[in-house]
Amino acid sequence: MRPSIQLLGPDLIGRILSEAFELLMNPGVRVGSATVELLRSAGVDVTVAEKVADHLADHDGVAHIPEPLVRRCLASVPRDFHLYNRKGEKTVHYGGDDVHFDPGSCCVQMLDPDTMEARLSETRDLVRIVQVTEMLPQFAAQSTAVVCNDAGNDLPSAIGDLYRLFIVLQHSDKPVVTGSFSASGLEGMIDLLAADSGGLDKLRRQPRAVFDVCPSPPLNWSEFGSHNLLDLARAGVPAEIVSMPLAGGTAPVTLAGSVTQHAAEALAGITLHQLAGPGSPIVWGGAPAIFDMRTGGAPMGAVETAMLNLACAEVGKHLGLPTHAYLVATDSKFVDAQAGAESARSAMLGALAGINMISGAGMLESLACHSVEKLVMDAEWIASAQRLARGIEVHGGELPGHTLATAMFAQTGLSGEFLQLKETRALFRQEQYLPSSLIDRSARGSEPPSDVFTRARARVDQLVGKYRKPSLPEDVLQKFQAILNREAGKARAAAAASEKLSISSS
Amino acid sequence: MSDELFGAMLQSIVDGAPDKASDLARQALATGVDPLEAVNRGFAVGIKFAGDQFGCGEMFLPDLLASAEAMKAAIKILEPEMLKRGSQRATLGKIVLGTARGDIHDIGKNLVATILSASGFQIFDLGTSVTPEQFVAKAKEVDADIVGISALLTTTMAGQKAVIEALDRNALRPRLKAIIGGAAVTSKWAAEIGADGFSRNAIDALELAKNLMRNITNQGTAPA
Ligand code: B12
Repeated sequence: MRPSIQLLGPDLIGRILSEAFELLMNPGVRVGSATVELLRSAGVDVTVAEKVADHLADHDGVAHIPEPLVRRCLASVPRDFHLYNRKGEKTVHYGGDDVHFDPGSCCVQMLDPDTMEARLSETRDLVRIVQVTEMLPQFAAQSTAVVCNDAGNDLPSAIGDLYRLFIVLQHSDKPVVTGSFSASGLEGMIDLLAADSGGLDKLRRQPRAVFDVCPSPPLNWSEFGSHNLLDLARAGVPAEIVSMPLAGGTAPVTLAGSVTQHAAEALAGITLHQLAGPGSPIVWGGAPAIFDMRTGGAPMGAVETAMLNLACAEVGKHLGLPTHAYLVATDSKFVDAQAGAESARSAMLGALAGINMISGAGMLESLACHSVEKLVMDAEWIASAQRLARGIEVHGGELPGHTLATAMFAQTGLSGEFLQLKETRALFRQEQYLPSSLIDRSARGSEPPSDVFTRARARVDQLVGKYRKPSLPEDVLQKFQAILNREAGKARAAAAASEKLSISSS
Repeated sequence: MSDELFGAMLQSIVDGAPDKASDLARQALATGVDPLEAVNRGFAVGIKFAGDQFGCGEMFLPDLLASAEAMKAAIKILEPEMLKRGSQRATLGKIVLGTARGDIHDIGKNLVATILSASGFQIFDLGTSVTPEQFVAKAKEVDADIVGISALLTTTMAGQKAVIEALDRNALRPRLKAIIGGAAVTSKWAAEIGADGFSRNAIDALELAKNLMRNITNQGTAPA
């Protein structure tokens, strides 16, 4: 039996979905201008609102999406798909109860293990995270984990997302969980992946990456979010909805209410996506959290946050969709007991829930700061969680007579000599997760014992020492560079144009 | 009698009870209590208490927002009479707030607005994704003392710089002060773009704004 956890059950899921469908009609969903035509041609009533803020373009509207259309769109979503590594092997299976982990994305800071201070993250930090992630089997995929603040010296900050992918692809063979910060940023990123895969067609058939796309709570597929959804659907590159209702702040205070809002946002996203590209892969994902009533923050380590993530994924599973969640992160500023407790707890819960992709490892300070020392620690919690999720296994052929214990006792009698049994040698690696040197189980010896942070630092050094950079063909690297230069040029031109505009008007 | 009334006013704010606060404000007017006194000795004491309680983690955001609502309700009743008497409640200063162009993260900015307004600043909130021109126009329109720009994305932090440049182009500084905040904002960035201050959270933002106002007042340019 594979152990599992459910928080909702079919009756409550039914109520959640039924209210989510109601929300899609009333009050409806705010959508970006790029989607208005598409929705109208599918018969959706879109009222175009007056311009309420600058980031909403003139033709932003509120769509009232009827359930039958959503149901039709749900039906065209692939129930499962794979992400491939550079060798073309299926590495990540989005679907069923398969569980994978990747490091959290887009932190702006890095915990410096020497000073214990958070400082702005740089390219060297991203490279180190990628190296460690590459070496750890617990991570099925890479992520564009930290912002490279140093790149801004040479490159326009507007293409920071492209630059991160550029760095990750050069240092890793694994699949990548990534995302674009702007409506225009996606094109270059897809080009980069296509260059790596050997063409857009190949990328579509064997996708190497999935793109996180975020609605803005509540019920708003903003200009850039909806733009990204449509572009991904048309390109046939997998999208992952990361809806982030904050219970009590940007969503109903009740967990059930927030799960309902999440469902409505995800359903709306799927509708936009499938209308633009029926059959394109998309993941029912999110980073829901409670709203901290003291600080206004999004406490990613709170148990209620984990409950929200599990519940949202449960709704997605009920619909038969691939799932994603944000767990294994903490609100602590150090890699301390709070960080360990919060991250280990949610890793366990996520694995038991059978969520296909669980992002968040390595993250401190409510997703603002990354630590590579935490990442190696989280890998241990993840491995334990994966072990737990495998459950208690009854071995077949390896054990004589298919018994649980009697056949082994038949050999040992009352001698207690189990260590010598060939079954022990054959099975201990399956029965036990064998932790790395990070976990201390040693007897006290002559050396003074070390604390876990010290061991984590050593583990990072050890992994980085063993890491080998993949060798990419020269022509691919040249293509990468050309795409980066091209997009940098575009971004500079756009910045210059908007500056001119702003100076002339103020 | 008045002390009792002031006590009840304080309590109505702490309880976050707008109806109660309005009733007490009407009662004050009916019984000839000076409205400014009602604010200064009653309602404002309540909002300060609520702010302090929030600061030390004893009160929570929904409580604080309810207190702010109650305060607004009371002021709305008292304001016409205060205007008639020419006794204006001293605001600590006028602050224009918004998030940088392209940035929709507004929770932090809203929190800053709540705390500052609960503490007696007059807030003009321009919302999210605000252009430099909009900041400049509002600052001119209301004769602001401080402009606060929030940015959480590394891509939108450049917008903070753009606002400060626009304020300078319009010769609004140094009289007007520009402050910034957001997850990735550091003292280094603040210095680099010539901001007059930055803070990491709303409570510090209040201290920062008060200090800047002291500066402005010392220059003798602040409204009396
Ligand atoms: C909640 C959240 C969201 C919500 C925002 C909801 C809302 N209405 O605000 C949603 C889900 C919409 C969102 C969207 C996105 N987000 Co976001 N988000 C966060 C998160 C988790 C918390 C932010 C928050 O509200 N904190 C709580 C408040 C109270 O704190 P605060 O904002 O820092 O404000 C305090 C201080 O900074 C200061 N302050 C703030 N402003 C000001 C102003 C002045 C004048 C002063 C004095 C002080 C001050 O006082 C405040 C109160 O204490 C942060 C991570 C983090 N820990 O910061 C990521 C984070 C900022 N987001 C991030 C990203 C990437 C995004 C998206 C681009 C994701 C995507 N791919 O779609 C979009 C951006 C869309 C856009 N164009 O803006 C990244 C940023 C990376 C980067 N390069 O900069 C972060 C760091 C998370 C991550 N690791 O991915 N996000």
